[in-house]
Amino acid sequence: MSAVVDKAGPMLEALDERLTLANYVKRNLRKVFPDHWTFMLGEVALYSFIILLLSGIYLSLFFKPSMTEVVYNGSYAPLKGLSMSEAYASTLDISFDIRGGLLLRQIHHWAAMLFVASMSIHVMRVFFTGAFRKPREINWSIGVGLLTMGFVEGFAGYSLPDDLLSGTGLRIAEGIMLSVPVVGTYIQFFVFGGEFPGDIFISRLYGVHILLLPGIILLLITAHLMIVWYQKHTQYPGKGRTNDNVVGYPVLPVYAAKAGGFFFVVFGITVLMAGFVTINPIWAYGPYTPDQITAGSQPDWYMGWLEGALRIMPNWETTAWGHTISWNVFIPGGLVMGLVLTAMAIYPMIEAKVTRGYKDQDHDLLDRPRNAPVRTGLGVMSLTFYILLWIGGGNDIIAKFFDLSINQITWTLRFAIFIVPPLAFVATKRACLGLQRKDRDKLLHGRETGTIIRLPDGEFTEVHAPLSEEEKAVILSKTDHIPLEAPAETDANGVALSKRKLKAARRTAHLSRWFYDDNIPKPTPEELAAAEAHILHGYEEGHLVTEHRDSLEPEGGVLHDPNAEPAEPSK
Amino acid sequence: MSDTDNAIAGETGSSTQVVKPPFVANPDLPPHGARRTDVDPKAAKRAEHQVATCFGLSALATVAFCICYVQIPIDAYLPIPFFGAWSASNLALGLTFGLAAFFIGVGAIQWAKKLMFGGEVTQMRHPLASPPEAREEALEQFWAGADESGFAQRKIVRRSLLMAMSLFPIPLIVILRDLGPLPSDSLYTTLWRPGMRVVLDPTEAPVRPSDIPVGGIVSGMPSVLPAVQEEQGTLNARAKDVVILVRLAPEDIKSQQGGTSSQPWDYQGIMCFSKICTHVGCPIALYEQRTHHLLCPCHQSTFDLADSANVVFGPAARRLPQLPITVDAEGFIVAQTAFDQPVGPSFWERA
Amino acid sequence: MLLIVLAMLGVVYAAVGQATTADAATDTAATQAQVTAGHKLFQEGCSSCHGLGAQGTQNAPTLIGVGSAAADFQLSTGRMPLAVPGVQAPEKKIQYNDTQIAALAAFVASLSPGPQIPTAKDLDYAGADLALGGQIFRTNCTQCHNFAGAGGALSQGAYAPNLMSASPQEIYEAMLTGPENMPVFSDQTLTPSDKQAVIKFIENIRTEPNPGGWSLGSVGPVSEGLFVWIGGLLALIAAAVWIGAKVR
Repeated sequence: MSAVVDKAGPMLEALDERLTLANYVKRNLRKVFPDHWTFMLGEVALYSFIILLLSGIYLSLFFKPSMTEVVYNGSYAPLKGLSMSEAYASTLDISFDIRGGLLLRQIHHWAAMLFVASMSIHVMRVFFTGAFRKPREINWSIGVGLLTMGFVEGFAGYSLPDDLLSGTGLRIAEGIMLSVPVVGTYIQFFVFGGEFPGDIFISRLYGVHILLLPGIILLLITAHLMIVWYQKHTQYPGKGRTNDNVVGYPVLPVYAAKAGGFFFVVFGITVLMAGFVTINPIWAYGPYTPDQITAGSQPDWYMGWLEGALRIMPNWETTAWGHTISWNVFIPGGLVMGLVLTAMAIYPMIEAKVTRGYKDQDHDLLDRPRNAPVRTGLGVMSLTFYILLWIGGGNDIIAKFFDLSINQITWTLRFAIFIVPPLAFVATKRACLGLQRKDRDKLLHGRETGTIIRLPDGEFTEVHAPLSEEEKAVILSKTDHIPLEAPAETDANGVALSKRKLKAARRTAHLSRWFYDDNIPKPTPEELAAAEAHILHGYEEGHLVTEHRDSLEPEGGVLHDPNAEPAEPSK
Repeated sequence: MSDTDNAIAGETGSSTQVVKPPFVANPDLPPHGARRTDVDPKAAKRAEHQVATCFGLSALATVAFCICYVQIPIDAYLPIPFFGAWSASNLALGLTFGLAAFFIGVGAIQWAKKLMFGGEVTQMRHPLASPPEAREEALEQFWAGADESGFAQRKIVRRSLLMAMSLFPIPLIVILRDLGPLPSDSLYTTLWRPGMRVVLDPTEAPVRPSDIPVGGIVSGMPSVLPAVQEEQGTLNARAKDVVILVRLAPEDIKSQQGGTSSQPWDYQGIMCFSKICTHVGCPIALYEQRTHHLLCPCHQSTFDLADSANVVFGPAARRLPQLPITVDAEGFIVAQTAFDQPVGPSFWERA
Repeated sequence: MLLIVLAMLGVVYAAVGQATTADAATDTAATQAQVTAGHKLFQEGCSSCHGLGAQGTQNAPTLIGVGSAAADFQLSTGRMPLAVPGVQAPEKKIQYNDTQIAALAAFVASLSPGPQIPTAKDLDYAGADLALGGQIFRTNCTQCHNFAGAGGALSQGAYAPNLMSASPQEIYEAMLTGPENMPVFSDQTLTPSDKQAVIKFIENIRTEPNPGGWSLGSVGPVSEGLFVWIGGLLALIAAAVWIGAKVR
């Protein structure tokens, strides 16, 4: 026993006398967490955030959040003698005059990109496996809040250096503020302290970026993790994994070592990226001035879909009664993100309502995406929508690299954004139902072995093997939902329902049918038992035949057996 | 639990069924096979060495980081074939620091995977809902507390408290008033006045018509802008007042936003437009001289300068405002009048 | 055909041999022999589109008044002669040698006065103001050619080319003559010293180091976004798969 381990006992005792720690420790130290690579995507986001906090603290020691114009006299020659904001000048100093400054800037920015990227992919995993279902709806909504905060915090961060690209982003943000009906101009004047760009916005944004938003994110992350911890993690279906247990590794030691080790891996890869790959070369963009612009003015990737929405939106504007509404800016810039994120945040409630009303059981076993075809379809549809907007945001770069016309890309997207996502929904739903059918076939007929035999009566047939226990457990984890039925006009006591309630219930029932009508049900226990006996019998016979193929006549034996030696070419 | 059980849909009382898995072919966990490190002490020893090597490499990398930090000057560059020259300091610090972290991670994970107890364990989940007694007790306590407070009975106290509480946040909002001035008419006005010279951006030289060839474009600003900018200490004027001057062959000009034959808005084919896009305000200067199209690099709004700067493509709704120009006594280009409309993006108050 | 070409080459060679062998860029005063040779080359290779008198046709613009600078730019970047008509003449293999280009330029210049090939003095950017060059570049050039001169898309499939392989002379000539969709920057609005500053800035972009490492093509956040998904996140997912994989 090493000294460290020896000392743990007395230490715990001392702490317990003051904080009643033992109770907590005994409950949690050996808590079990399931192990799967997709469960680590959220961890990447958490670790990126820690890296962001650490690198951000360093940057804040050197960055001057001020729009005061100064003359640059640092060591980057092409900008020497130019007038620029102190914010930009100090970012140049961080990049060129402070050892390790550029590395930390690049670590901070790469970590920010990874933070949002890992949150995005984590949210996809949670959605497609149905991990947001009861009891985790609250945590899902917190997650959507984190994603939103990640967007805003990232935008605030890359806007701070006051370079030509970030200033252009702020100019666009100003245009979006102006497009808000009724209060737009007031919002813009209050946010910027007057006309754009003013002299105070960077310092305001700085406070938001290093205090307000990280504080909110930290709170939300804490809540998110505490809830995950308390509710216990979901798990994938498999042998021995039920809705009532959790199978995995105890926190101490395996899970802690793996998760802690993974933190260092994420940290290491982020730092290596920062050492090898340039990100946001602000010195190349030049200082911000509102009369300059560069080709390829794009936001960071997670804002790319908003940029795309702005780009492909037709130029609609209404002027009436002395007022102007810029639909061309307000819809893509102000509404799209809000609507999409709100829809995401409330989705669990909608699905719960059409599934079993609000009185749902707990779902601790994850769905396979195929077993929820409508949900999976909706997810793929939303992703398609998102990716199309993303393409729109990069239309100039795409046009340049693939020799296309910006105009053609934009026009294509204007139609595709309405046509392709629904097609993706239909295709995904059908694919899911196909896989469900395949699962049912597997249960009823066994797994295809690829071995084809000829029966004595001359019929060819493929040998089917019984499923493994694991496979069967996975397939049988499916829940067969029966759609809600529209209610009778009177309730059990013969009291008529109000029209409004009736209508709402009918709508819910309708939606529920849309969700679950096409479900391919699992076989009944009797069917399964019969099928299993049959498969086993067939398999053993087939096996018998294949094992004794040498003694059979060529015509009556095996035509194709992948496990066999290459047979002589049959007729 | 029964195979099917009934649930209530919403508040309507319609019942539905969910077929629960009737037969869970879900006995116990598959036994975990022993790892090589569990049965072969040599393999275990090897794994131990692997892990220790990782931790050792990390320590070495950390030392290397410190040496690189001190030894490599910040302006030293290392030529990398095909990739140009990279900052030696950034590369060395990134590499050493990155590996220092990476190897700790790899070592710890390897340790967990190969040497720590390798089997998965099962724990039961606890029901999240409290037992009914606990809920009842909680409710009882709540009602007891509520009762004792008299919140329900003392109407006037309750209402006045609600009133006070709902008014209380108002100062927090009111105090935001001085975040900025009210818009007043600032979005409608620019520095342009009749007779004001157009000077070049960034050299601030005044322009003669002969300076601009057909097919040429220059970025300009009002002559007073540098002084105003100096005085205000902001870039506000620049964000609104910058213009472009383009020269088209007079026969190519199809239409202009104003002017008469005796007093045209152009000067011998030279026209002046706001450089601020009417979409969301990017400076727009991507000029294709053959088509006379001006394209915005932000969102690709395209304006036809030969035809009153009308929108021919993209999300912008309004044409670019044209500034009528002429020449002054010394032959320099000047504004005839101010802009006849606000420049830049649309806003609510705009007619 | 080969004979004609050879004969023409002979004529050109003779013409150039008679002329002083001084640097074509410094000696803008073309000899009559160059003009004659250029005229021949023109009739052979250019007149089918630009017209026998270089007055232009439906397919090609007039060359009267475009000056030697324009001819030199188009020919020495391989943009002319055009292989196929399209949205824009692409850069390609140069079709004429230096002598032939000089002759053709001399011929175009003889049609009517126009911008001349910059002299060595025009191109001497050593003493130019780098920071001013950057400002002019960002005000007039980056909107099409991008902040690092990497080029960008214009409307309807046209594009602004990458500047990293352009020589100082080509850059100067392009500013002076406004090839294709590029606007013209006269010596009055962008003085020779301004142009030299721009060239110095572009040369600086070309030669300056990438402090942060791989530049990802210098096209801004789009390639950074691609890298974080394809490079960064994929590496981390690979690590996660490794962590989650069962060990034997």
